[in-house]
Amino acid sequence: MASTEEIVDSLSGFSLFADLQTPQLQQVAHTFEERWFPQGERILRQGLTGSGFFVILEGEASIIVDGEQRTTLGRGDFFGEVSILLGESPVADVVALGPMRCLFLAGPGVEAFLLSNPKVMYRMLQAQARRLRNANRWRS
Amino acid sequence: MAELAPSGAGPAERPFPPGDYPVVVVGSGPGGLQVSYALRRLGIDHAVISADPGPGGMFRRWPFFQRLLSWTKPYALVERTSRAYERYDWNSLVADEPEHRALQVGLMDGTSEFPSRPEMEANLAAFAGATGIRVRYDCRWEATRREPGPDGDRFVLTTSDGEYGTRVAVFAVGVAEPWRPSTPGMDLVAHYADTRAAASYANRRIFIVGKQNSGFELASGLLHWASRIILASPSPAKLSVNTKSLVGVRARYVQPVEDHNLGGGVSILDASIESIERLGAGFRVRLRRSDTSGELVFEVDEVIAATGFVTPLLDLPDIGVATFGQSRLPAQTPWWESATVPGVFFAGTIGQGAAGLRKHGIPANSGAVHGARYNARLLAERIAATRFGRTIEREPIADGDVLPFCLDELQRSPELWHQRAYLASVVTVSPDDGIRPGGLVPLSTFLDDGGPDGVALTIESDGTGAIYPAIYLRRDNVVEEHLLPPNPLLDFRTSEHRQQLAAILERLGPR
Repeated sequence: MASTEEIVDSLSGFSLFADLQTPQLQQVAHTFEERWFPQGERILRQGLTGSGFFVILEGEASIIVDGEQRTTLGRGDFFGEVSILLGESPVADVVALGPMRCLFLAGPGVEAFLLSNPKVMYRMLQAQARRLRNANRWRS
Repeated sequence: MAELAPSGAGPAERPFPPGDYPVVVVGSGPGGLQVSYALRRLGIDHAVISADPGPGGMFRRWPFFQRLLSWTKPYALVERTSRAYERYDWNSLVADEPEHRALQVGLMDGTSEFPSRPEMEANLAAFAGATGIRVRYDCRWEATRREPGPDGDRFVLTTSDGEYGTRVAVFAVGVAEPWRPSTPGMDLVAHYADTRAAASYANRRIFIVGKQNSGFELASGLLHWASRIILASPSPAKLSVNTKSLVGVRARYVQPVEDHNLGGGVSILDASIESIERLGAGFRVRLRRSDTSGELVFEVDEVIAATGFVTPLLDLPDIGVATFGQSRLPAQTPWWESATVPGVFFAGTIGQGAAGLRKHGIPANSGAVHGARYNARLLAERIAATRFGRTIEREPIADGDVLPFCLDELQRSPELWHQRAYLASVVTVSPDDGIRPGGLVPLSTFLDDGGPDGVALTIESDGTGAIYPAIYLRRDNVVEEHLLPPNPLLDFRTSEHRQQLAAILERLGPR
């Protein structure tokens, strides 16, 4: 269990929220919801509508596409935004590798959150750009 | 089986003395009563203990302003004693016997579809009495031990009456322990739970910390009395009429929003509370605005922390029960069992810790009676099946009856309507076993646990106002989602629905 203050402390160390001051971090902590997943639980399900955006507070998750593990995410990483931005179902399962604590924002709330926090949106774009660059390196 | 209450049972005949029981249920609110009823229907011997002097749980005290947020509509287009009527009655506990259904209806005075607190308390007492649920009242759970053994853990619950031993403990103790953040000075002010009679706030300047239902309930109740009301918390208030769900402040409490918008003495602010200090007989409150980071200072007569509640788990975290979130809910499996201590289960509003898929951000109604009552029934079935080997046999369905069965489930099952995208009605198909209804299950278990080919039927909504059936088709443990169209009159038995559902069922192959 984490208090709002502990969540704010965690968020302040994540690159996604690095540009926010304490009042904005508190608002993030109040806007997002804390969720807990046991080992092996699927957090995102490939092909199912209505998913959300997650930021990992503790634990690790595996990205699995068509049954094949692709990569691992850990503390401070985020996932779920691609399907929300594109209005499509997730193209991967995300499965908890051990007990996981995440912050969760439901899909319908993501656009308003990003528009009201443009510095978070810019950081997210940077992260996406890095992922795209790495994917292109992989292919070349 | 639990004993039936003999008429005229007095204090000298308190049931369930300390000792060992196959199952021990703690709590006599809606969750404890519903799970006890369901366990007894399944023939599972159990004890029920409660710190309260009678049934009702939190409804013996709250809500303060004495009327619930959950409706019971006496007149609907279905028979009052039918299961389908449960869709219109959020407050009665659910029973198999028609005469024990919809008890809330007969206990309302006709002034509102939202029962008063005393009417709700009477409804729960009526259910306990009519169905013969026995509870050892005035027996307070005080501590817990976990004793590992070769056949699994045994739990010992120390109570004010002595020790209870069991391998299956069900805690239905509500989320009702007042909580306040560690903001400097927050310990100086009253909590929602300490609210006085409304008239005592006459001509007072009142600062309410928190913009959820409890904060707006207070603001609504004090509109007539307070000279000024300020509500503040860091993030904007959500309103259920905007989210088109039960997320946010309910319609009954939005009058303060209108007063704020029209300049009527109510201020609703997005700001974090920096500090609260005494100022004469009142308080000075310092805020930091969420948008500009600018400081605001208020001098007020009263501050009330409507900052929520936590789960009174006592020492359960010490024996390994993991918790999460501000409400300190226990982390749970989809079947409401502690994710970290097998054998410890949760019923009632604590069950919201098993969140399910939360598709489109729409939560299940597990935090309210109209959701928790179905969870409790499934929990009892789960305990009976996994701990006592008592499974419910269901008759096969003829091939030609599958489509009408599924259409009827989608249209009439209150479980699917109240626990959207959370509970599912299942039909399975296998060469050995034929076509069988699988009963109701948490949707995530159908999606994730594997099993025979089949379909899971749910009702879902996406926050746009649309309500529609969703069909999950499982073949060779691969699941596909199929969303059927919404219907403006919520009729899911149209030719369009029939055709689409038939095409999905056809894909289950030869049956």
